[in-house]
Amino acid sequence: MPEFNVLVVDDEEDFRDTLVKRLRKRNLDVQGVESGQKALELLDKVRFDVVILDVKMPGIDGVETLQEIKRKKPLIEVIMLTGHGSVEMGIQGMKLGAFEYVMKPADIDGLMEKMRRACKKKFFHEEKIRQTKEP
Amino acid sequence: MASKKHRILQRKIICMALFFAIVPLSSLGLTIYYQFRVAYTTRIMQDLKNMAENRQHTIAIFLKERTAQLSLLVDGYTFNRLKDQEGLEEAFSSLQRHSRSFVDLGVIDADGRHLAYVGPYNLKKQNYRDTDWFNLALVNDKYISDVFMGFRKVPHFIIAVRGWSGDKPWILRATINSEVFDNIVGSAQVGENGDAFIINKEGILQTKPRSGGNVLEQSEYSGLIKAGFGNRVAMKGIGGEKALFATRWIKDKTWLLVIKQSPQHELRPLTIARFISIVVFVGGFFVILLSGFFITRLMMARLIQSEREKAALDDRLIQSSKMAALGKLAAGIAHEVNNPLAVIKEKAGWIQDLLEEEDVANSVNFKEFSDSLDKIDRHVERARKVTHRLLGFARRMEPMNERVNVNRVLDETISFLENEAKFNNIAILTDYFEELPETMSDSAQLQQVFLNILDNAIDAIGKNGEVKIQTTYNSEEKYIAVLFFDNGPGIPEEVQKKIFDPFYTTREVGKGTGLGLSISYSIMEKLGGRISVDSQDGHGTVFTIILPMKKG
Repeated sequence: MPEFNVLVVDDEEDFRDTLVKRLRKRNLDVQGVESGQKALELLDKVRFDVVILDVKMPGIDGVETLQEIKRKKPLIEVIMLTGHGSVEMGIQGMKLGAFEYVMKPADIDGLMEKMRRACKKKFFHEEKIRQTKEP
Repeated sequence: MASKKHRILQRKIICMALFFAIVPLSSLGLTIYYQFRVAYTTRIMQDLKNMAENRQHTIAIFLKERTAQLSLLVDGYTFNRLKDQEGLEEAFSSLQRHSRSFVDLGVIDADGRHLAYVGPYNLKKQNYRDTDWFNLALVNDKYISDVFMGFRKVPHFIIAVRGWSGDKPWILRATINSEVFDNIVGSAQVGENGDAFIINKEGILQTKPRSGGNVLEQSEYSGLIKAGFGNRVAMKGIGGEKALFATRWIKDKTWLLVIKQSPQHELRPLTIARFISIVVFVGGFFVILLSGFFITRLMMARLIQSEREKAALDDRLIQSSKMAALGKLAAGIAHEVNNPLAVIKEKAGWIQDLLEEEDVANSVNFKEFSDSLDKIDRHVERARKVTHRLLGFARRMEPMNERVNVNRVLDETISFLENEAKFNNIAILTDYFEELPETMSDSAQLQQVFLNILDNAIDAIGKNGEVKIQTTYNSEEKYIAVLFFDNGPGIPEEVQKKIFDPFYTTREVGKGTGLGLSISYSIMEKLGGRISVDSQDGHGTVFTIILPMKKG
């Protein structure tokens, strides 16, 4: 039983595939897609706890995708993946509800730590909602 | 300090100024001098001409009067009365009563016999039949001779008047007192060298010139007659000496009155005028030369200064445009390099993950794999730092606008480096301007600049030395200046030019990115300030930060 479900959205295939493999090895249920469009489509079908979202992508960029995700599934926590040049976009993403931003090249342990905290937050929210619904 | 180009320009301007000043100056001087000369010469000539006319007139009257006196005797006395010695003496004494112009008086008959004579010479027995004057006197009513020796062997001239006794002519002859006549002529000898004399048509002297020569000798000025001098005034060179001559015909154009004036005397005011004009010209020349020199020197100083200012401005413009271009390039490179770096890091991480698999851990080369992965990871990290700093240099982030106390920012910065400085035995001294006002700026970015400079200073000194930080406030031009002095080895001039260029480093490979000062430079530009370096090789370095005073 994996800890939680992760969706990696990044257009750089080598990076995405490797990150997916490494996260799977850390006992997570991980899937990777190459664009914001695909991510949104997949979110409709599959349940994810955390989305790792590159801010710079062709097509719909990270910030727009983030807004769409938050509109569809407000409880999903998003971690923005930025280059050095796009720190501002990461900060903007946090203003728009992203959990955190991580600069590339990311350190895997740091990323794991952040994802765990994001998940904890999500599970806490879900628990609260369940409690308000139950009585 | 003036370069060769400036010296040439200065010389050109001076030459041009001299030319445009000297041409009108000299033409004005020459024109005035020339006009003055013409006017003055005309006046001198006129004076000379007047004098000559005056003398001509006087001589003409003198001769006419003397002739008239003799005519009166011829008409008033009878031949018989005058040929008588007593009668002649009476007539002579009546003549002498009016003037002492006559020396003697004689009566001669048609055959040339001297019938009666009154005078100092013993001439009574002389016969004049063969003399030139006598034959001429016989055919003329009145006759005035040229100067001749005659029987008395003394130069003289005579006036003869013809009378008639029946149908036979007789002659009353008188000798003119040469002294009296010479006085009349000589009164025109004015000035120190002025001369006046009479020559006849053959150029024989009739009166004695002041300048030498005797009566009856050929005059050295006889050339005047050949040169066509009649009633004229002109400058003429005779015998190698130039002189002013005024000549008049007298005695029915048989005598020429010559009045001579030396130009040295008469034209002395002209010589003085010429001398004065030359002095004024030379003086003016030097005044113009001097003023030209000083004015152009002043101009050159201004020119050099403005050129220097322009060069400094150009340098700054070039530097900042270079920075902008390099900034864009750096950002592009950083982006492009960063993505592959991320992939490399992930791949290395993945291999690392796989190394934990049991079969690989048992491999003989496991340690080699692990070490290589560590190295890859470390160098990715190193490359990441470079791209990070590159982006920091290129980043177009708006600076914060907060109240900044520069002294406090400096203190903070020093605290970061204190340990490193102490370890290397480097003292960090501060000399703050205590009432330094706060300014609106970005303290974090300022701190980065200060840190870069201090870090470089400590690095440059190595061990044992000191860094002095001084802050000042210029209330007039409203800026804060921070100066960092170090007593390190200094920076050679060719290095100073490149010191703010990105990637320029003097440190060994891997120790420095060469971005610190270029980042500082672009930060200071963004903050509206300036950073500059001044160093003498071997005598330490001063970095100066100028921060504009901005009120919040």
